[in-house]
Amino acid sequence: MSNQLLSKSFYERMAKLEPRYPTKQALLLPALHAAQDELGWLSPEVLEEVGEYIGIHPAQVREVASFYTMYNLKPVGKYHLKICTNVACCLRGADELVEHCEKKLGIQCGETTQDRKFTLMEEECLGACGTAPAMMLNNGYYENLDMTKLDKLMDSLE
Amino acid sequence: MSNHETLFIQHFSEESRPLEYYLKKMGGYTASKKAFGMSQDDVIGEVKKSNLRGRGGAGFPTGMKWGFIPKQSAKPKYLVCNADESEPGTFKDRDIMRYIPHLLIEGMVIGGYAIGSHQGYIYIRGEYTREAKLLEQAIDEAYQNGYLGKNIQGSGFDFDLTVHRGAGAYICGEETALLNSLEGKRGEPRVKPPFPAQAGAFGGPTIVNNVETLASVPFIVNQGGEWFSKLGKLEKSGGTRLFGVSGHVKKPGLYELPAGGVTLRQLIFDHCGGILGDKKLKAVIPGGSSAPVLTADEIDVVFDIEPLMKIGTMLGSAGVVVVSEDYCVVKLLTRITKFYAHESCGQCTPCREGCQWMEDILERIEHGQGREQDLAMLLDIANNINGRTLCALGDAAAGPVMSFVKKFRADFEAHIRGGKCPNA
Repeated sequence: MSNQLLSKSFYERMAKLEPRYPTKQALLLPALHAAQDELGWLSPEVLEEVGEYIGIHPAQVREVASFYTMYNLKPVGKYHLKICTNVACCLRGADELVEHCEKKLGIQCGETTQDRKFTLMEEECLGACGTAPAMMLNNGYYENLDMTKLDKLMDSLE
Repeated sequence: MSNHETLFIQHFSEESRPLEYYLKKMGGYTASKKAFGMSQDDVIGEVKKSNLRGRGGAGFPTGMKWGFIPKQSAKPKYLVCNADESEPGTFKDRDIMRYIPHLLIEGMVIGGYAIGSHQGYIYIRGEYTREAKLLEQAIDEAYQNGYLGKNIQGSGFDFDLTVHRGAGAYICGEETALLNSLEGKRGEPRVKPPFPAQAGAFGGPTIVNNVETLASVPFIVNQGGEWFSKLGKLEKSGGTRLFGVSGHVKKPGLYELPAGGVTLRQLIFDHCGGILGDKKLKAVIPGGSSAPVLTADEIDVVFDIEPLMKIGTMLGSAGVVVVSEDYCVVKLLTRITKFYAHESCGQCTPCREGCQWMEDILERIEHGQGREQDLAMLLDIANNINGRTLCALGDAAAGPVMSFVKKFRADFEAHIRGGKCPNA
C-alpha cells in the first residue's frame, strides 16, 4: 500500500503476535486495538489497511469492528468520558453524574464538544460495581465517583 | 474477615502481584510441579473430587467438563480463560487478575496439562486495559523463570499463554461467542452441538473456564480435592466463593465465604453492614442482573446454586445487587432491559426484536404513559423469548421482566394508573 497510515511499530507488534494464533484472522481484534491506540479512531482508510494486512475484504473488517462498542468508527474527543449507567452505578447516582456532565460540557451523551476536547458516552457495566459509580476516561478507570471528584478530574484535564 | 479459611481475598493488594510474592507467600508454582508428577487423569480426578463448580455463572462441575476433552485429537486442543466478566453486578475476576495474576497463570498451566493442551488464551474484556497489561507482565515473568513456555520446570510439558482483549460486547461472555471473537469474528454465539469440548477454538477441542474457577485449581492440586470440597458447606459445592455485593448496602465490595456457608440475609446484613441509610430493603438481584429478582421476604435462603434454584432464581456469577425501598423498581427493570436490548447480538429474532419491544413498553410505563394491557403484553413477549434463542441472553432478558412484574406488580400498576412514579 502506498499511503500507509499505520506505523512501523504497529506492524512489528503484529508480527510478534502472529505466531501465537493458528489463523491470521485471529489478529483482527488485536490489530484494531493497536490501530486505534495509534490513531484515536478507525477511519475507513484504516479499516482498509488492516484488512489488507490480515488478508480479508474491508467489508469483513467493518462487519467485525462495528460489532464491538470500543472501536471508534467516528472521531472522538481528546478525552473520552464513558460513564457507567448500568444497575449498580445507577443505584449509586450515575444518572446525576451524566446529567451533570451534559450540562457542564453543553453536549448530550454520544456527542463531542466543538473543540474536540471531550466526548461523552453512557457505558454499560464496567465490572466495577463494588466501587460504583464508575467511569472510564480514555483507557483508565475512575471509581467511587461523586460530583466533586468528577468536577476535580474534569477541571484538571488540559 | 470472620473466622474461616479464605484462599484469595487476603492477597488482594498491590504487593501481591510480583512473582516473588507468589513464590514466597503462596507456595507459587509448586502445584504445577506436583501436577506434572501425576497422570492427566489423576489431576482431573482431584478436580472432580474437589466439587469445584464453574464460577462464571453456569456452575458446571469443572472436573467433569475437563473429562469431556477427547484424549486423541488431530487438531490442537485449547484452554481458554473466560475473563470477560460482563454480567452486571460482577466484579470479582478483576481483582484476581490485577492482584494475583500468577495464580491464574498456574491454574491454566495445570488445566492445560490435564486436558493435553499446549496453547492457552485469556480472553479479557476490552475495558480491563490495565488488568490486561498486568497479566501480560506476569506472563512475561513466568516465561523468564521457566513457569511457562517450553519444558516447564523440566517436566517436558510445553504451554504457551496469550492475553486476548475483547472490545466491548457483553455477549462475548457466552463461551461460543467468545470463541468466535477470539477467532477475529463478530461475537455471535454458535449453534450447539458441537460443544467446545468437541470443536471449539479454531475447530479444536476446547475448554472454556472462568478466572476464579482456574485460580482455584492450584489450591486443589496442592491440598487435595477432598480438602477443597470440605471448604464448602453443601455436599455438591466445594471451596470458597467470591461474592460481589453492590448497590444500597453500607459496605459494598467482595466477600469470600465458604460455598453455601451463608444465607443472603447474613451476607447483606452481617457482612455488608445492612442497607444504606438504615432504610428498608426492597429487592435483591442475587446472581448478576439476569437472575430473577427476590423480595425482602425471600432472603433467608442459603446463598448457593441449588437453594436459589429451588426458589426460582440463580446464583449465577454471585454478584448481588441490593435495592432499598426508595428506589423505583420500574426504573430499575427498565435499565436492566435496556442493557439486554443493547447487547442482543441480533441473530435470533425473539431476542433481537423482543428485547427492544420490552424496553419500549417499560420506558413508557416508567414515564407514566403505560397502558392497561401493557403488563400482559410484556409478559407475553418475555414468554416468547424465554427458551427460544440460541444462547442464554434471551432467557437473561426475560427472567428479570417476568420476576419483577410478578413480584412488584403493584409498583407497575401504580405507574400505569397514576401516570407517574408513586415515589417521585
